[in-house]
Amino acid sequence: MSGGGFALADARSYFRDSTAATAAGVLAVLYVLLSIAAMAGVGGTVPAWRETVLVFTVYALLIVAVGMLWRYSRNDAVIIVGVMAAIYVVYLMAGVLFLGLPLNGIVNTLRRITFLSAVYAMLVLALNLHWGYTGLFNIGVAGFMAVGVYTMAMLSGPADIALGLPLPVGIVGGVVAAALVGAIAALPALRLDADYLAIVTVALSEIIRLSYNSTVFQSSIPRLRLAGITLLPSIPVGTGGGQGIRTPTNPVRALYYKDPGDTSAGLTDLGEFAFGAADGVSVTLIGGQGVQPPVVIALTYVLVLVAFVAGFYWLLIRVGNSPFGRVLKAIREDELVANSLGKDTQRFKIKTFMLGCALMGLAGILWRGSTGFTQPGDYLPIQTFYVFLALIIGGAGSNTGSVVGGIVFATLLFEGPTTLARLIPELLQRLFNTQLGSPPSTFVGAVAPIAQLDLTPLLAYSLRNISTLRFILLGVLIVYMMQNRPDGLFGHRKEVAAGVDLRRPDRDTGAGAATDGSESG
Amino acid sequence: MSDAADAGRATETEAGTDGRDASAEYPLRVEDLHKSFGGITAVEGASFRIEAGSLTGLIGPNGAGKSTTFNLVTGVHKPDSGAVCFGDEEITGLEPHEVANKGLVRTFQIARQLDEMTVLENLMLAPRSQVGEVLWRSVLPGARRGVLAQESTVRDRAWEMLDFFEIDHLAEEFAGNLSGGQRKLLEMARALMTDPDMVLLDEPLAGVNPSLEKKLLEHVHELRADGYTFLLVEHDMDVIMNNCEHIIVMHQGRVLAEGTADEIRSNERVIDAYLGENV
Repeated sequence: MSGGGFALADARSYFRDSTAATAAGVLAVLYVLLSIAAMAGVGGTVPAWRETVLVFTVYALLIVAVGMLWRYSRNDAVIIVGVMAAIYVVYLMAGVLFLGLPLNGIVNTLRRITFLSAVYAMLVLALNLHWGYTGLFNIGVAGFMAVGVYTMAMLSGPADIALGLPLPVGIVGGVVAAALVGAIAALPALRLDADYLAIVTVALSEIIRLSYNSTVFQSSIPRLRLAGITLLPSIPVGTGGGQGIRTPTNPVRALYYKDPGDTSAGLTDLGEFAFGAADGVSVTLIGGQGVQPPVVIALTYVLVLVAFVAGFYWLLIRVGNSPFGRVLKAIREDELVANSLGKDTQRFKIKTFMLGCALMGLAGILWRGSTGFTQPGDYLPIQTFYVFLALIIGGAGSNTGSVVGGIVFATLLFEGPTTLARLIPELLQRLFNTQLGSPPSTFVGAVAPIAQLDLTPLLAYSLRNISTLRFILLGVLIVYMMQNRPDGLFGHRKEVAAGVDLRRPDRDTGAGAATDGSESG
Repeated sequence: MSDAADAGRATETEAGTDGRDASAEYPLRVEDLHKSFGGITAVEGASFRIEAGSLTGLIGPNGAGKSTTFNLVTGVHKPDSGAVCFGDEEITGLEPHEVANKGLVRTFQIARQLDEMTVLENLMLAPRSQVGEVLWRSVLPGARRGVLAQESTVRDRAWEMLDFFEIDHLAEEFAGNLSGGQRKLLEMARALMTDPDMVLLDEPLAGVNPSLEKKLLEHVHELRADGYTFLLVEHDMDVIMNNCEHIIVMHQGRVLAEGTADEIRSNERVIDAYLGENV
């Protein structure tokens, strides 16, 4: 396909082979069925049917629009923003028309999905540098996040067991610690095959988590003695063990409160503007419309996260589109070739591994370090697999694919099922006047009524256990992706690792090239 | 030890007494190389020198130790004993990237193209010590300007190389989609992009059709005329006999004979070991 133009033939081929087109087709059929049902007055409550038809129409159109964008847009920022906008519309319509959420609830829902999209986008971008670009099979993402967050919390957290240093020191310390732990893990493992790095990282990730979980380091790092000689004195910095550790107060609070840790100290000017006067009378637009202060603060922090995603993206595009990135890709494809062409591949691998781990540490700090509290359970191996799944969906090797993969995973696969579980009873209620009733407490209780052809207990049971069923859904999805689209959403693209336009420079310097060509021909 | 190796040492001494620098005349010098893998001795005292600007052929039956010698010279394997000198330095036991950075670059017997990189990317990877291979230079705004300037130069050279090997129509194709012969061309082009002093070609004609074989050899001759030194490992006797002015025959891990095509053809030991009666 040449140029940005879009011909009818392209559209036809798009509709023939695209998964998005299939999904849109299914929704179109649903739409027709719903329309017929609506006209026939099924269910009696016609307005609810009309709303549903409207929502499904918009969803079908959105899928087609995003599919077109994904397929034909040359501008990656437009694709990312387009995907995010479409997902906003999906949640907005579901929230307003089906769940009837108030403004505060809707803003908070959108904030939540943006937050998750942003943190996953960052983690996936960092992993893409390892796995997508360089082929380094790091399955210890959660461990490097944990090192970042815990180091930050222990250096500058509010707990008694923390050192109480300024926050920037804690953040830099966390990022550096993650990079150093990465280097220690990588130095021996990178000399071996990719599989060994995988084993080392997954084991290290669990060692890190269990160390933070251990009571040995709970309130202080005990002194180290060997044969009666004290090698290291006891250090009064602890991990909090299984109880977790408090992380520093989110600094965006300082924009709104004079004392970020104590709301009673009063509001700043911006705080007054956003939340209304100190006497409680709302005077501003945001506050006046019923968005609660915590949501406004959290929303502000999400803007910070989005800026960081942009920063990660910028950095990794630069790293990728350069001679450095070319060497990384060559290492992924065939390390001996890169080595035989004079590239010190060990050094490239170690640098890249440390950079990726540092970014994972930073992403961890921005995510788990921003919520006031963290515990070892936040860094289970499943966390790593979520990031891998998002990368596979987006397309390993593509930075844009990483961001889109993070967004799609966080909003549709992670948050989607739970949202759907809330929607379905609501829809049944509105459209069919059916109550699902309280779900049975055991699986047998859910399955047994099938004998009487009653599926509602099973449905209710499934919906209540949706977050467990999500594991199955994600597992099935990853199998499907590996079978049918191992390259992910953006795997079809050729993203060339170079800093300049690689087309033949025939306009200005063409004379030389042309002469050479005729000589050899 | 073989006569050839003895003769080689004699000439070296002469060169020394003449006061001329052997390193300038013979950029690659291999002395008494040994390598065994477990119980199998692959190379057992190989010694030879490659003359500057020459196209030297290295032949021998299967298992003669040609490829192992190649791997010992280029750092893929470490020799058990012996020395490899390139230019005026000893490069014995250096890592492959260190050898390549001295200006001694190789191709592989089975073409090792970087599949999911375009042909242009394959070529642009190769130039030695690009400023943008340093991480911070590729990232920081001020330094990146210099990186991009060099990128344009590298790109222009890559296009010239594509034109020279007449694979410019494949520039934006993934290397994994190329045919066997095109891969061989790419492999050679990529090696030349490092701007080497000497190129080791490991069976560059294996699996290449006759017309492409002719073209490849033409390219080699053209490049030789430009001053490159080539060492060619090849199975095909005719190719070596017709193209190389100096031929080294290896047998059972040693150099059996050295000389011009005519000398090799009439060498009895070569006939016994390799060529057979009717050559």
